Amino acid sequence: MSVPLKLIYNEDPTKNTGSEARKNIVGPIVIYNNISKSYGDLQVLKNIDLEIAPGEKVALIGPSGSGKTTLARLLMTLEEPTSGTIEVEGEMLWHQRVNDKLIKANEKHLHQVRGNIGMVFQHFNLFPHMTILRNVMEAPRNVLGLSKEEAKERAVKMLAQVGLSSKIDAYPAQLSGGQKQRVAIARALVMRPKVMLFDEPTSALDPELVGEVLEVIKAIALEGEMAMLLITHEMDFAKDVADRILFFDQGRIIEQGPPKKIFNNPESERLQTFLSRFNRH
Amino acid sequence: MWNWEYAIMILPEILKALKITVSATFVAFVVALVVGLMLTLARRSNFKPLSLFAGGFVGFVRSTPLLVQLYFIFYVLPEYGLSLTPFVAGVIGLGLHYSTYLAEVYRGGIESIPPGQWEAAKALNFSTLNTWKKIILPQSIPPVIPVMGNYLITMFKETPILSAITLVEIMQTAKMLGSHSFRYLEAFTIVGVLFLVLSYSSSLMVRRLEVRLNLR
Repeated sequence: MSVPLKLIYNEDPTKNTGSEARKNIVGPIVIYNNISKSYGDLQVLKNIDLEIAPGEKVALIGPSGSGKTTLARLLMTLEEPTSGTIEVEGEMLWHQRVNDKLIKANEKHLHQVRGNIGMVFQHFNLFPHMTILRNVMEAPRNVLGLSKEEAKERAVKMLAQVGLSSKIDAYPAQLSGGQKQRVAIARALVMRPKVMLFDEPTSALDPELVGEVLEVIKAIALEGEMAMLLITHEMDFAKDVADRILFFDQGRIIEQGPPKKIFNNPESERLQTFLSRFNRH
Repeated sequence: MWNWEYAIMILPEILKALKITVSATFVAFVVALVVGLMLTLARRSNFKPLSLFAGGFVGFVRSTPLLVQLYFIFYVLPEYGLSLTPFVAGVIGLGLHYSTYLAEVYRGGIESIPPGQWEAAKALNFSTLNTWKKIILPQSIPPVIPVMGNYLITMFKETPILSAITLVEIMQTAKMLGSHSFRYLEAFTIVGVLFLVLSYSSSLMVRRLEVRLNLR
């Protein structure tokens, strides 16, 4: 295992002004305000209120189909909420305020706010027609508008940090699942988002490959800069990394708190049942 | 009966006309490729009038015969001030007609892209244009190249219809040679053999390309 534990996430000195400014922002970086989401008659999220502080690591646990993934997808603008609002850094995500009225955000507005968010998917979703290097440098080049050299430099550095320097000229199909997911993490990180979403990043991996990916995520979490929303079934990992655990069931946050409380003194019966299933494994 | 001497005598003229046939095929194919892609993208557009227009255009072109379309472009448009040479009218007519088929081919390629690719592009905040240019089209076109090649061959075999709008391509040339000498056997046989050789060898190339793409 060759994953360096120390990930230098913010190597850009000009960014310091940004992080200082961020300290002055008292409010949360993400606010879900009375969010509901339905697919036809099926309501997958029910009046969710949630605030995430800058740099906070929040783990979402709960049975499959409880709405955890949808919560992340709403923030990544992959799905639109049925009702309620989401704010990112004090800015509405899905809405715009025009003459004191809330209207649906246009693509330009979504594009601007979306830039704060990054996401790692369960099934990696790497671009199969590009080399690993191009997978990571294409967005800095085309979205952030960096020069080819700058984008490449940033991508190479990021790939080194996830331990994949030797693979930059390979194609995704030539990598193991764990390596693919590390590339996907580098690809999201290279955009320097303020909030990172991890949607079951190890669920599609063979058991022996889970460790290397969790280690990379843990190292990023230790950097502290970014807020993280982690959807996971790896309870030990959640315990280690998260500042706060949310337990989801049937579209609602049933219980939340620091890992110790959630795992050692679960209050609700549903959480107790859920955890006991895990302990049996 | 077959006359070798006569056949060899008319061969250069037929080959000269073959050049017209081949270039008409390629120019029309390029028209079809470009317009076909535009039609596919227009049909997927969120802007309703555009997608409705593209859908209507495809339906209209496919439901009327190519010959009628060619006559319209070549004989009717001049009455409204747009006179085109037989070659230009021919490649526009043939190209537009086949663009509606190529639009389907593009669509198939695009729809085979897993939703995760679109989602990753969005998560990285790619613009719509860059999502198409960098992520979707580079993945959806290579697998459908063989199908496009087959349409190229079909279009090539369809070119004799352009003789109906006086384009002196290979078929028209053979007809004229025949009516001069009252010998049709040699001219039409040569035309048939040329089509056979070119179409068949091209189809072999397409098949080889297909195998290579499948190996990737």
